Amino acid sequence: MIGAALGALMSFWRARPLQLFTLLAGLALATALWSGVQAINAEARASYAAASATLGGDSLERIVDRAGGTLAQADYIALRRGGWLVSPVVEGRLNGVRLAGIDPLTAPQGPTEAGAGDLWGFIGGRGQIIGRADTLRNLPQEGPELVEQHSMAPGLAIADIGQAQRLLGLEGRISYLVVLPGQPLRQVPLAEIAPGLELTAARPATDLARLTDSFHLNLTAFGLLAFAVGIFIVHGAVGLAFEQRRALVRTLRALGLPLGALIGLLAGELLVLSLLAGGMGVALGYLIAAALLPDVAATLRGLYGADLTGQLQIRPVWWLSGLGMAVGGAALASAGALWRLARLPFLAGGQRRAWALAGQRALRRQFALAIGLLGLAAILALRGSGLLAGFGLLAALMLGAALLLPVVLGWLLRGCERLASAPVAQWFWADSRQQLPGLSLALMALMLAMAANTGVSTMVSSFRLTFAGFLDQRLMAELYVDAATPAEADRVRDYVTPRVDAVLPLMAAQTMLAGGPGELRGMVDHASFRDNWQFLAALPDAWDRLHSGRGVMVSEQLARRADLWLGDVLGVEGTALPVVAVVGDYGNPVGQAIVTASLFASLHPEAPPHRLALRLPPGEVPGLVDALVRDLGISRDRLTDQAALKAYSMGVFERTFAVTGALNLLTLAVAGFAMLMSLLTLAALRLPQLAPVWALGLTRARLGRLELLRAVLLAGLVTLLAVPLGLALAWVLLAVVNVEAFGWRLPMHLFPADYAWLAGLALVAAALAAWWPARRLARTRPADLLRVFANER
Amino acid sequence: MNARGLALILWLLPMAAWPQGFAGLGSQTEGFARPVRGHRLEFPADHGPHPDFRIEWWYLTANLRGPDGAPFGAQWTLFRSALAPGGQDPQGWDSPQQWMGNAAVTGTDWHHFSERLARGGVGQAGVVAEPFRAFVDDWVFEQNGQTFDLRASGSDFAYDLHLAGTGPVVLHGEAGYSVKSGAGQASYYYSMPGLEVSGTLWLRDGPVAVTGTAWFDHEWSSQPLAADQTGWDWFSLSFDSGDRLMAFWLRGAERFGSATWIGPDGQATPLTDAEIAARPLAWHQVAGRDVPTRWQVDVPSRGLDVTVQALNPDAWMGGRFPYWEGPVTVTGSRNGQGYLEMTGHE
Amino acid sequence: MLLAVTDLHKSFPGADAPVRVLRGVSLQLEAGQTMALTGESGSGKSTLLHLIGGLDRPDAGQIVLDGLHVETLSDRGRAALRRDRVGVVFQQFNLIPSHSVGANIAFQARLAGRHDADWCAALARRLGLEAHLAAYPEQLSGGQQQRVAIARTLAARPALVLADEPTGNLDETTAEAVLDAMLSLVTETGAALLVVTHSAQVAGRMQRRAVLRGGVIA
Repeated sequence: MIGAALGALMSFWRARPLQLFTLLAGLALATALWSGVQAINAEARASYAAASATLGGDSLERIVDRAGGTLAQADYIALRRGGWLVSPVVEGRLNGVRLAGIDPLTAPQGPTEAGAGDLWGFIGGRGQIIGRADTLRNLPQEGPELVEQHSMAPGLAIADIGQAQRLLGLEGRISYLVVLPGQPLRQVPLAEIAPGLELTAARPATDLARLTDSFHLNLTAFGLLAFAVGIFIVHGAVGLAFEQRRALVRTLRALGLPLGALIGLLAGELLVLSLLAGGMGVALGYLIAAALLPDVAATLRGLYGADLTGQLQIRPVWWLSGLGMAVGGAALASAGALWRLARLPFLAGGQRRAWALAGQRALRRQFALAIGLLGLAAILALRGSGLLAGFGLLAALMLGAALLLPVVLGWLLRGCERLASAPVAQWFWADSRQQLPGLSLALMALMLAMAANTGVSTMVSSFRLTFAGFLDQRLMAELYVDAATPAEADRVRDYVTPRVDAVLPLMAAQTMLAGGPGELRGMVDHASFRDNWQFLAALPDAWDRLHSGRGVMVSEQLARRADLWLGDVLGVEGTALPVVAVVGDYGNPVGQAIVTASLFASLHPEAPPHRLALRLPPGEVPGLVDALVRDLGISRDRLTDQAALKAYSMGVFERTFAVTGALNLLTLAVAGFAMLMSLLTLAALRLPQLAPVWALGLTRARLGRLELLRAVLLAGLVTLLAVPLGLALAWVLLAVVNVEAFGWRLPMHLFPADYAWLAGLALVAAALAAWWPARRLARTRPADLLRVFANER
Repeated sequence: MNARGLALILWLLPMAAWPQGFAGLGSQTEGFARPVRGHRLEFPADHGPHPDFRIEWWYLTANLRGPDGAPFGAQWTLFRSALAPGGQDPQGWDSPQQWMGNAAVTGTDWHHFSERLARGGVGQAGVVAEPFRAFVDDWVFEQNGQTFDLRASGSDFAYDLHLAGTGPVVLHGEAGYSVKSGAGQASYYYSMPGLEVSGTLWLRDGPVAVTGTAWFDHEWSSQPLAADQTGWDWFSLSFDSGDRLMAFWLRGAERFGSATWIGPDGQATPLTDAEIAARPLAWHQVAGRDVPTRWQVDVPSRGLDVTVQALNPDAWMGGRFPYWEGPVTVTGSRNGQGYLEMTGHE
Repeated sequence: MLLAVTDLHKSFPGADAPVRVLRGVSLQLEAGQTMALTGESGSGKSTLLHLIGGLDRPDAGQIVLDGLHVETLSDRGRAALRRDRVGVVFQQFNLIPSHSVGANIAFQARLAGRHDADWCAALARRLGLEAHLAAYPEQLSGGQQQRVAIARTLAARPALVLADEPTGNLDETTAEAVLDAMLSLVTETGAALLVVTHSAQVAGRMQRRAVLRGGVIA
């Protein structure tokens, strides 16, 4: 019985291979986009982890030698004995390989509970060096055992600290100490134990890591939206298949198949199909990721200067998450259809309702739901807080807008119909309106795709513009010197003063601000700052107030965290100062307060400036760099050429664009595919609507052209609606999600040319999708059209 | 190097799970020294470390009371584990000696725990016999004239305790040779119960002055557990009568128990498995495990018939080798207090 | 002579060999004449009608309608023929589903550029459709739908009305009423009428009758 029923149900798909293809392809594409984006994200994150091991983009504080050298192992022991939870790292180069020696027992997060069965193999006897195969190739074979580990950063090798000290000739020395989280209740002050050492904050590499985290969050949102587009396709295909099988379902039930078994069979069928499609989708996603990964790898190379291979590994978690999304998505897309089936009156009609899915009542319900969702979005935008509310807002906005689309399109088409006077034009609009229920899912998919693209483009472009402005502001000097010691800073200052236009010392110290850790900066009064700095908000005479010692400037993060704005008073180490300006800070997670240099010097006499900003004609920078290296022996990596840094930072964003651009094209392709499939599915149902018009004197060729025009026009209308939605999406991403996730708000900029380009792409996608069905229509044999009038449909 | 990077690398280390028993205490011991029946312990030399043996611990548990009579418990432990035979050599980072400190403070409704790991050979941790000194990082248990100082700190607690009275040294088993299984696994094991304690607990809310009694254990071996033994339940109980009981049961294919009855004068009498009995009365779920935190303990030959109840059933030591350890109160044929340690409960 | 069909041939692809439906049909019709075309199922009645109406192309032979050689017309020419000179009433599904009854009636006349609102109103009145002008085809009964189709055809004032079993799907009483209305209006407008039918009763109402048998007019 069950077998026979299954055979009957499956024969449906055999008879309609195109529909089966739609279902599988839609789900596969959705899964592919999702898992592709996830793959890129996961790969990038794994690479960051490996890369940060190389470069110390560090979330933990460190203790280093004040003079920039190594520190004594005895100091490490003294610190541990003084209650400091620190872990030693020794670093150096061995045959061009960066060798890091660690102590696995005190390292952050320590040995895992899984046990350290071969801990002795790592630290004792001959010891081990762990690295990638290509890294290990450069190391001597006769030393410690070389253990290959693919997921390490290129060029980095890890050994036990004892082995590394020996190999590097640094016995008894330590490069730096990592300060672990969760320090004990009491400890001896650092200055008492080792006055030559200092605590340093997280390194600036974190700045870019924060930005890339934001990029990844947005990519994930993008992946979800892409998946939603695919789910619309699946929903359409499943809904149609269920509606078309109503008669069969009725027959099977009349033959005595229990409803539960029937639903089970259909659900089982969906499960098999979705697993199949999910499998294809993950494989496809892998291809997408592999195709895009060189860009991501390039991005990382730019970010970290680390050479990443961009080699993709299949990770089990993608398979699981991809298949999970496919099955979950199919379940989501078919839940409604199964529910309707379960509640179907035993003898309800078969074919007649097939595409009358959106009756007036259903449409009204959809309208109410859409309004409800948009209302919820508005409430969340005004009242919500937290990342979850941000994503909830995103979901409510997108879903509400998608549900509203058919209703709004209906209104627009009705308006066009009223305005039209020619009979063919009137028919065209009326007929378009009649197509809406059948096309609305594809159109929703197109709108979501367009909105996602508009939103993400806006976001990425705003990001770039803001970041470029931020770089211009923060890197206004042509050359930066990061002196190793105050003495070196003095020597540099004496040396460069006659050679440059201005020497601007930069002062910074760790402190507590508004009850949390923060950074206090001292700023000298110079036109360079007054001319280049832009504020999110400022009093008219902010600079004068700052430099008269009667004001403080705060970073946006601090302002948001401590709920400070212009005129509010911030206590800076015992001095209460009114906030005179709020500055954007897109790199630093730590809150910042800026005071005038003299005030800083009185608060922190112990922190003389190490960092000097030099103003000079850009053409003279290379010469001065060479001179500083030659005459003062300054290490080249302590000199930062602003132009080079800017160029490389902007390069990162260009590559980000490459990825975003490719994903834009892919989403539109998926939406175009949804449209193609809807049009093909509709084609058979269309003949009865077209045959009378043809019989009354329109050529098939003209009908075909009109079909094409309709698709493009609908896509155009959808695009018009999608752009504002995309901007709303961008606003949510920039002003809500980003603030909740990272504590700063990106100013939103508009890019009309980008939107026009995207709209053009959407129209092209729609035209491509409609081209084949239209051509098929133009070539329909008259006999097929005539059959409409004679046969039972 | 950052936290993420290091965590990653540590994951990558080719790690085999500890092969057998709790914390690998049942694994093979090729090349290490073994306890010998009839060996005579010498003090103070044997207060110090025995690096030729694979594992060793110095253990101090204290039952304390605050000025208002509120009960507390404090624990201070230093474990030594040799990754390879070789004793004290080599020194430096190559030393096979690894140290682990565990410290805890327990109240009726809270329990703070901290753990420290250290390499041997570089001065971060170690033990000296005379004058006695055991330390890891800033945690210290050291002799100061006739008294001892005991210090530890974690992110949410610290304590400074002074221990007085040298008490008798109680040798367990056969003059300190303590058998742990029917197959003959054994350790050297002695205790110093009844140390007088005074000092301060530093908690988030501020300092608490405390007084009470402490019990010191020192045990070393190379394979104290048989391969099939998965854990133990260990009791150190002090009764109002002045008598004391140290008893443990090892859980394996068979349950193996052993105990020492200590009279008020410090006179120790070994008790065999047949003379003692203990059974759980109530189980408590903590850290996803079911742990018996209320016991019936009987020693018929001494007229002992008592219920042992954990002061705080949540006294979980969630370190690298997690276990339960906390102060207990004793009621029944005799009243008293003590400490209970339970390992290997799933 | 309004219509002259000479030696018309048409075959369709069959399972094994082409099915030769029309094998040399000849037929004439004067302006204003009514004629019934009968024959067994599959005899090619509808095919002949489609060829005359420019809905399909003959394989060979001539169709001269109002002096126009229909067989030589392009797709576009045949579309113009359907729009301007011929009106077709099919057995069913004649109407444009997205248009109201009123819009359906006016549609062909407006396409042909001969729209006359008064005439459309008169047709609706005569065919009893006034109450339904705002309704959509799916809301009408079969008889009503056929009446709308007739009104739409006549609204464009074609020279020739082609009807393919116009009452084939209707019950007897309705069929009678629809036929009456059609005949009287056709006569009134001076159009010729060619009706394909298998009903002797319908055929009996026409001025002339032809029987199609074996692919030729018997």
